[in-house]
Amino acid sequence: MALELTEAERALVSGASGEGAAMAMRIVAESARLLGASRLIPIASAHIDGALYHGDSGTLFAEKLVEGGARVAVRATLNVGALDLTGCSHVRLAEPQRGMARRMMEAYRALGCEPSWTCAPYQAGHRPAFGADVAWGESNAVAFCNSVLGARTNRYGDFLDIACAIAGRAPDCGLHRPENRVATVVFDVSASGAAYLEDETAWPVLGSLYGREIGAAVGVVSGVPSHPGEDALKAFGAAAASSGAVGLFHIAGVTPEAPDMETALGNREPAMTIRVTPAMMADASARLSTAERPEHIDAVAVGSPHLSADELRAVARLIGDRQLTVAFYACTGRHALDAVGATLRHDLERAGVTLVADTCVVVTPIMRELPKGVLMTNSGKFAHYAPGNTGYSVLYGSLADCVESAVVGRPVFAASAV
Amino acid sequence: MTAASVSSGEISLPAEVLVAGTAGAGDALVLTAPISFWGGVDPKTGAIIDARHPQRGDNVAGKVLFLPDTIGSSSASAVLLELVRARLAPSAIIMHEPDAILMLGLIVAREMGWPVPVAVRMDRESHLRFIGRQTAVTADHVAAGLQI
Repeated sequence: MALELTEAERALVSGASGEGAAMAMRIVAESARLLGASRLIPIASAHIDGALYHGDSGTLFAEKLVEGGARVAVRATLNVGALDLTGCSHVRLAEPQRGMARRMMEAYRALGCEPSWTCAPYQAGHRPAFGADVAWGESNAVAFCNSVLGARTNRYGDFLDIACAIAGRAPDCGLHRPENRVATVVFDVSASGAAYLEDETAWPVLGSLYGREIGAAVGVVSGVPSHPGEDALKAFGAAAASSGAVGLFHIAGVTPEAPDMETALGNREPAMTIRVTPAMMADASARLSTAERPEHIDAVAVGSPHLSADELRAVARLIGDRQLTVAFYACTGRHALDAVGATLRHDLERAGVTLVADTCVVVTPIMRELPKGVLMTNSGKFAHYAPGNTGYSVLYGSLADCVESAVVGRPVFAASAV
Repeated sequence: MTAASVSSGEISLPAEVLVAGTAGAGDALVLTAPISFWGGVDPKTGAIIDARHPQRGDNVAGKVLFLPDTIGSSSASAVLLELVRARLAPSAIIMHEPDAILMLGLIVAREMGWPVPVAVRMDRESHLRFIGRQTAVTADHVAAGLQI
């Protein structure tokens, strides 16, 4: 099945809209050919993960598109960069990498991308319609976009995300096609009980277990009695997409393509059913921590994905008028900082919180180097990536546990619902 | 598939081009386990750094690299692009299955005007015949032991 381009697409390839657009279109078409797609489809929007600096070639690529006069053809928000352009936090990236990272962020702006600089674009006003085809990058954003919004995207990575945004098209394959969005695996959590599912710590743990068990397959979660709230779904998807190649999940009675089990499964029998037991949950929870019974903590990091305005307010409420005694990083986006207002920001900073905007502590050096450091977090995604990327060992707890521990300087856990 | 084996250990097997590029030759580096380029290959040196990989410590630079499988990472293309720019890329890549994300690194390199090694598809069962051999790759053949 060979790839066929329309007349308009062939005109783009041959440079009718400039060399930058031609380059983007050639990249999309070549990828489509390798992916086995027979055509390209129009997209409604893009979320670009390619502006995070990994090396000079990525900067030179973006600048070549700019020189070629390329502009995004659809709405395109930007994921985090390697620098905090708001100045809220200090990034310890040295020259010449710092300059190249800044040039990269500027090049993506020059292509017409919005300076959202967040991994939670869906909470920053970018919510594609149900059923819309889009080209999104960043694993948690992809999972949320597909699963919670019901828009359709594959997991777009560096180069292809921006190329699709400029071409306004994407290869017709994978999760863009309805037949590939049907669940084949059931992930039954009914044994964990309604009370446990109301506890915020349940969702990153469940997500982490789901990703490890199901990986790239499409699954449907059964046994969730009521909608757990958007921030819980955000945490579930982020953890799932960290431990496995999860692009789409369904939750029966909660997510839009799963009004019931039969619909999610396409009226077919599942290939496999995973019944989650309390022992599996306890094991998944323990695996999120790598620090062994630490007596102190060196830092707390929350906000992967970026904290919503509600989550920032919850941090402030939990701290109250107390003072934190260890470094506390709250990673968020400009959208949430604007929404909570200057007074709350100042209250948080006065209490000892370091607000981190536009970026986060696991993708760029912000936390001080501490070879045996212990980091406490409520994020399944931070728990997964922090040991490799920062050298800190990780201790997992609820947001309330994180705040209490940061006040007293040692791990404090409230009685758990598990 | 017709395998035109010649005496005295000469091999020439047909292959299918994935990404057109410069024909390459070099020592075969036949990986015996899947690899993730992101986190598995050092973009600054070309060394295989995945602690659990059987070919850990080998270097992909200038080699004819045989990949039985890849572990998908959305940043694999960025690592390969860095290698191409630093002239540390393999001299040719042979894949059992095309990995569109990894190949994207070559597609982008070509757009940047950088010299791109050829990438072809060939069944992994044939890879093992090239272990330890000086190998040459064109758009439609992988050969060892021949005067080319």
